[in-house]
Parts: sequence; C-alpha cells; structure tokens
Amino acid sequence: MNKTIMNEKHVEFLQSIKKEKRNIRFVQLIMFISFFSLWEVSSLRGWINPLLFSSPTKIWALFLEKIGDGSLYIHVIYTLGETVLGFILGTLLGTLLAALLWWSPFLSKVLDPYLVVLNAMPKVALGPILIVAIGPNFGSIIAMGILISIIITTLVVYTAFQNVDDNYIKVIRSFGGNKKQCFKEVILPACFPTIISSLKVNVGLSWVGVIVGEFLVSKQGLGYMIIYGFQVFNFTLVLMSLLIIALMATVMYQGVELLERKLIKHHIQ
Amino acid sequence: MALLQLKSIGQTYFSKTSATTALEDITLSVNEGEFISILGPSGCGKSTLLSIIAGLLLPTTGSVMVNNQPVTQPHPKIGYMLQQDYLFPWKTIEDNITLGLKLRDQNTNEHIQAALRLLKEIGLDHTRSKYPSELSGGMRQRVALVRTLATQPKMLLLDEPFSALDYQTKLKLEDLVSSTLKEHGKTAILVTHDIGEAIAMSDTVILLSSNPGRIFRTFKIPETLKKLLPFEARQHPHFSSTFQQIWEELEHIEQNDNE
Ligand SMILES: Nc1ncnc2c1ncn2[C@@H]1O[C@H](COP(=O)(O)OP(=O)(O)O)[C@@H](O)[C@H]1O
Ligand SMILES: [Mg+2]
Repeated sequence: MNKTIMNEKHVEFLQSIKKEKRNIRFVQLIMFISFFSLWEVSSLRGWINPLLFSSPTKIWALFLEKIGDGSLYIHVIYTLGETVLGFILGTLLGTLLAALLWWSPFLSKVLDPYLVVLNAMPKVALGPILIVAIGPNFGSIIAMGILISIIITTLVVYTAFQNVDDNYIKVIRSFGGNKKQCFKEVILPACFPTIISSLKVNVGLSWVGVIVGEFLVSKQGLGYMIIYGFQVFNFTLVLMSLLIIALMATVMYQGVELLERKLIKHHIQ
Repeated sequence: MALLQLKSIGQTYFSKTSATTALEDITLSVNEGEFISILGPSGCGKSTLLSIIAGLLLPTTGSVMVNNQPVTQPHPKIGYMLQQDYLFPWKTIEDNITLGLKLRDQNTNEHIQAALRLLKEIGLDHTRSKYPSELSGGMRQRVALVRTLATQPKMLLLDEPFSALDYQTKLKLEDLVSSTLKEHGKTAILVTHDIGEAIAMSDTVILLSSNPGRIFRTFKIPETLKKLLPFEARQHPHFSSTFQQIWEELEHIEQNDNE
C-alpha cells in the first residue's frame, strides 16, 4: 500500500483517539459542574434540608475561613501524617511478617489458623482496647492504621512469595546462593508488583483506620472534625472534612500508582 | 581420570500416598572435555539426574563424585543451565550474566570483563543494558549460556536448552553452543528427548529407559561426526545410520515398557 495513505490513516487514527479522550473529559466536567450546581440550587430552594446537606458555597466559605485562621492546617497535617505512616508501616510490617513465614515453613503452618481468624475479625473493633493500651494519642491512631492493613498484607504477600517460580531459586542455588540470597535476589524483587498493589489497597484501609481512630480519640484531625461537627450539628464542617479526605485519598492513590509505574517497569515477562 | 563419576544413583520421590522411583542404579563416568547426551522420553528422570549432579538434590542412594570428591552441595566447577532461560526480568542483561559472579563472590573487575567478552563473543554485546523482555527467545537462551559460563565452570549441565525454540533458531544455537563449549574446553552433559540433537552435538549418547529411569544403552558417536559442527553433522551420511540405530533401540525400550 502507498506510504502516504498509510500515514494519513495513522494520523486519522491518532485524531480519533484524541477526540474520544476529549469527549470523556468534557462529560466528566459537565457531571462535576452539574452535581455541585444541583446541590447548590437544591439547598437554596429548600428541596433538600440545608441544615443537613449544607451547600457548596457554604462549604467553600467555611474552607476559606478555616484556612484564614490557620486552624485547618493542623488537622490536615495530623491526619495526613497518621495515614501515610499507617499505610507505609502496615505494608512494611506485613511484608516483614510474610518474609518470616516464608523463612520458616513450620512457623507458617503454626500461625495459619491464627492469621485466618485475625483476618476475618473486624480490626476497628479493637480500637477501644488500643486506646486504653497505648493512650489516646497519635500512637494509637497509627496503630489502628497499621492493624487494619497488616494481616491482609501478610497473607497476600506471603501467597505471592510462595508462588514465585521455583526455577529462579534453582538458578540462585546452582551458583551456591544461600536462603538469604534467594530471598533478596528472587523472592522479594519478584513480588514487588504484589507489594506495591497491596500498598494501593492499604492507602484506602489506612484512611478507614485513621478516621475511626480519630473518632475515638477526638483530639485532632479530620476525623475529629467530623465527630465535632456532628456533635454541634455543623454539617458544613462534616461535609468539608469529607471532601478534603476524598481529595487527599485520591492524591495519595495516584502517587502510589506513579511509584508503581516507575518501580516495576520491567517486571512483565 | 574421570572428572565426574556417578555411583549407582537412585532417586525416589515420596508423597503421602505414593513413592515414585524416578531413577535407579545410574552409574557412569565422564572424562574431562567429553560431551555426553542423555536421551530419553519425557518423565524418565533426566531433569532429576541433572539436579542431582548439580548438587541441588541429594540422591536417595548412591553418590556423585567430582575429581574424586563427593558432591553434597552445588559445586563451583559445575554450571547448570535450566530448560528455559530463567533470566531475571528485573535485571539488565549485564546484571543477569554477572549474577553468578556476585553469588560466588568472584565479583572482580577481571571476571566481569571476561563475562562481557563472552557476551560479545556470542554476538549480544549490544544488549548489555537491555532487559530480558526486549530480547527474543534465542537471544535469551544465549544470555543464559553466558550467565552459566561466567563463573567459569569446568562442566556444564544443559537441560533441554533448545526445546522452547523454533527449529531454525535451535539449529543455529546448537552450532553456537557446541563451538563455544569446545573452544573453552568445557565438559558437558546435555539432556534431551531429540535424537538428532543428541547425535549432532555429543561424543557419547546414553539412552535412558523410563519408570524408573535406568541406563539402557550407551552409544559412541563415530569420530567422523564428532569432528563436525552439529549442523554439518546432520548432513553427513553417518548421521542417518546412527539415527536409525538409536531409533531401533528406543523402539526396544518401548516394547520392554509395554510388557
Ligand atoms: N519434586 C518431585 N516430586 C515428586 N515427583 C517428582 C518430582 N520431580 C519429578 N518427579 C517425578 O519424577 C519423574 C521424573 O521426572 P523428571 O526428572 O522431571 O523427568 P524428565 O526431565 O526426564 O522429563 C516423573 O515421573 C516426575 O513426575
Ligand atoms: Mg525435564
């Protein structure tokens, strides 16, 4: 076929992809604007209870006010710090525990039923105990963030460790490598994709743990703001905190995805 | 003197419900510089035998001796090349071929340069900083060969190294592997189920029968074929007569199995 015709076809193809992308963005934008406009109008007209559902302009005004007097800042930093520490430590400790299980098949068999029970149990129910044990502070909230993600991470990562093709280990062993080297050269790098994807899941879990923790401790943070807003019946405050949480959770998730693309570029066989 | 000696090796795999005897009474010796092929049907215990020689698996009975010393763990003078390349996808080609050096604590500049020279020799100099996923199956198998040779073993164990490749690539690689090993004076044991490959590449062909794997017969390949490169050997008139001979023996094995 003629080369110029091919080129034209290719340009057409690229344009059609671009056009579709533009259309998707456009509809997304329309949805976003419609949602907030409808919310605003409904609240203004009294179609929904303005006391309960507030309105975007009121939330925005409160947001500006809180930024102005500097009181929002500390809450966001607190929650952000707890969440980030929660999911990073949860993933790290979970991976460490998985490594321990991999190292000792005996231990893994012994612990198996306990892990199953712990995994099935709703971890947030342990909140009150944690708070009494560690104290109503930063520490117990992070512990909550870790607790909620560590067991599932251990199980998922351990399964991935076990599923690594034995032949890679044969290669290491044929060069006289020991167990530690097998772990470092094969098991861990082969499971990087799994570890990163549990990091992604843990971002979401850690938010749950931290917000529930803040509900219980009620001192600082966005969770505290939600509970406080609820107690004084200030639902504008509740909704503002929710929107901030949604935004930050999204940014974190995207951040981890970026990390994923950078780190595991070459893992696909 | 024999470089490698196997003394009545037997291997039985145990499970909860059964005991499978994969190998029985394997006795053979391999001299330095010799190229041996072990030929047998799928499941007759060829990979098991190589794992035992490599020191990865302790045999249920019998012993493996290298230079008259018993082998109980992977020996530095034995290189093992698995059925597929098993290059590490997250390592560059350079890091892959120097992996053995790193693990054997021979990570000196001199050894690394030697490994890179081997890569060049085998025609893959340009792939040094690439990743395995960017290479074709034949190229990857060549890299795996370099990785095995990098630690400078005396003896190579090759487990069906060409079975995953297309026919043309396989023929080319046979020549390349054969000449590379000869040039560096390596001893080799090749495991295969391909009669032609066994004849074309080796000095001695050992036929295994299955269930359990036992040495059924040993063939010496005629001098005329030994001298030739595998591809040339395949064209030689002696090739087809040897092929015929081995073919008939294999038929015998099958008959014995059926009885
Ligand atoms: N790890 C193992 N556990 C139990 N049985 C095995 C194991 N490895 C191999 N076998 C059995 O031993 C026999 C020989 O296997 P193998 O050495 O892989 O043969 P080949 O390489 O000639 O195809 C087969 O019957 C196989 O099922
Ligand atoms: Mg095999």
